[in-house]
Amino acid sequence: MKKSPLHARRILGALVPIAALCLLVPASARAAGPKLKVGFMLPYTGTYAALGNAITNGFKLGVAERGGKLGGREVEYFTVDDESDPAKATENASKLIKRDQVDVLVGTVHSGVALAMAKVARDTNTLLIVPNAGAGDLTGPLCAPNIFRTSFTNWQSGYAMGKVAIEQKKKTAVTFTWKYAAGEEFVSGFQEAFEAGGGKVVKQLWVPFPQVEFQSYVTEMAALKPDLVYAFFAGGGAVKFVKDYAAAGLKTTIPLYGPGFLTEGTLEAQGESAQGLLTTLHYADGLDNAKDKAFRAAYEKAYKAEADVYAMQGYDAAQLLGAGLEAVKGDTAKRAQLVAAMEAAHIDSPRGAMTLSKAHNPVNDIYLRRVEGKRNKVIGVAVKALADPARGCKL
Amino acid sequence: MDIASLLIQVLNGVQYGLLLFLVASGLTLVFGVMGIINLAHGSFYMIGAYMAFTLSSLTGNLFLAIALGIVLSIVLGIALEWAFFARLYRRDHLEQVLLTYGLILVFEELRSLVAGNDVHGVAMPQALSGSISLTSVLSYPVYRLFMSGVCLALAGGLYLLIHRSRIGMMIRAGASNREMVQSLGIDIQLVYRVVFGVGVALAAFAGMIAAPVSSVYPGMGTQVLIICFVVVVIGGIGSVWGALAASLLVGLVDTFGRVLLPNAAGLSVYVVMAVVLLWRPEGLFRRAA
Repeated sequence: MKKSPLHARRILGALVPIAALCLLVPASARAAGPKLKVGFMLPYTGTYAALGNAITNGFKLGVAERGGKLGGREVEYFTVDDESDPAKATENASKLIKRDQVDVLVGTVHSGVALAMAKVARDTNTLLIVPNAGAGDLTGPLCAPNIFRTSFTNWQSGYAMGKVAIEQKKKTAVTFTWKYAAGEEFVSGFQEAFEAGGGKVVKQLWVPFPQVEFQSYVTEMAALKPDLVYAFFAGGGAVKFVKDYAAAGLKTTIPLYGPGFLTEGTLEAQGESAQGLLTTLHYADGLDNAKDKAFRAAYEKAYKAEADVYAMQGYDAAQLLGAGLEAVKGDTAKRAQLVAAMEAAHIDSPRGAMTLSKAHNPVNDIYLRRVEGKRNKVIGVAVKALADPARGCKL
Repeated sequence: MDIASLLIQVLNGVQYGLLLFLVASGLTLVFGVMGIINLAHGSFYMIGAYMAFTLSSLTGNLFLAIALGIVLSIVLGIALEWAFFARLYRRDHLEQVLLTYGLILVFEELRSLVAGNDVHGVAMPQALSGSISLTSVLSYPVYRLFMSGVCLALAGGLYLLIHRSRIGMMIRAGASNREMVQSLGIDIQLVYRVVFGVGVALAAFAGMIAAPVSSVYPGMGTQVLIICFVVVVIGGIGSVWGALAASLLVGLVDTFGRVLLPNAAGLSVYVVMAVVLLWRPEGLFRRAA
């Protein structure tokens, strides 16, 4: 038994480094070992290709600014072109999750595709960050601990414009949009704020999506003579409607208001007819904050293109994910803490301060913008720190 | 609705109808004379609009751009007829649909490669950019009235060409009996080639002249194609008069459908089509064949 202390010490001596290894190795392997897999499911072809690319660029810029790492882990990208096709959405999302085994899914632009992605994300408990699609359901009835959004809901923009119209002492309004989910959400947001403030929507006009024959509606607006027209269209529809409205001489007699998308990326084509239009959005040209200036300069330098609202939303997706991963040192297995850190994050966004609502939708200022030349210049804040009511969300 | 609004809505309907006629007349000619279902017809409308955008920014003049565009689209039509459509005359409709659907995809992709996916506007000619005020609030763009005038003139021209000219006689004869015309020593192949070129040019011209008011955007051809098939079916396949009458009918029904039945706005035109087909399955003006 004489030898026993020595024996014990020897065993201990052998154990210490092993124990140390046990403690250290996994931690270091977690921090620097496997790369963080980020799956972009975005449109890279078709009408929304430019938006998909801007979001991708914005996200990569956000990662590059953190030294190419999020939460200490290098980032590896996987991409799938979602073609803005809801029919292929489930398969495309599954490809990234099952085949590529991504840690985080980022996408997309089209609301129908995003809704399908949210379903897959819920079923597989994959972390999903939505960098554009504005469907209320994503952070409403479909909300989940693993689903986040860094863009907006359609309701937010509509509601803010309703407030603006009330402040301007407008009494009557006609709403006009495509008869589909996004259009209905913009209009209902506008109507909610406008009628709560004592205004009245005298008529809702709807046109089947994606038709662009507006002349008869314009004639009807002239006959109704409301104090303002609130309209939502995007892309080709936005260009055509804004031009038709101005050509009919209504622009000077009945002011036209709309969500930012009425004049976002279309000013070149709308030309003179869009000058002076007021829109609301969570981003604008000419924001007076240092973060935005730095972001725009860095984006321009990296991609030789001007940053837009879509690039900004992609950038913030990276910022939000980074905030979460830093709190858990890159360990995605600690999902609860990761989610909690993302929920609590105060993002210094180019749009201004951004936090998240309980339903994981941005709470931020909605700006009032006026078209000046080829810019949507900020002229004020329509509503400060506006949160979507997230009806139907049980978080 | 007061009387002024009513009249303005009639004007809207007629104006829309006349533009539809321009696209649908080419479709009905190709369909009626050559027996080809051309799904790519809407693409020619889109190509026209993009030509108006590109050529008018190159030349700085919309009318010059349109003149150039007409020449280019006739050349395109003849080339397509020679390369693809000439092989389709004796084949069944399914194969025609396959080929022309394929062409839609090719044209959309080419459009994406060449002109990108952005929405563009085309400036109106200065002389026509004014408006005439109709009521205290509403004014009507002069350019829209000009468009309607041009469409009417073209409708007249087409009538003369088909019913009063020698080549029109050949076209009508070729539509009735291809073999007989051939045995009379008329080069039916050439007639078809010309008809197809004219059909493409009509659609492209519609796209070009409408570009300043419609703007130029991806997928614009598909939208117009569907409504033009409705026009052709209502009017009677191959009948230019039928196309004119049906275009005006569709234009008016669509306009008033939107005003009077806003919740069924998209439906009204198709209800009219169903009624016409029940009443006259051959369409309003089908030639007795």
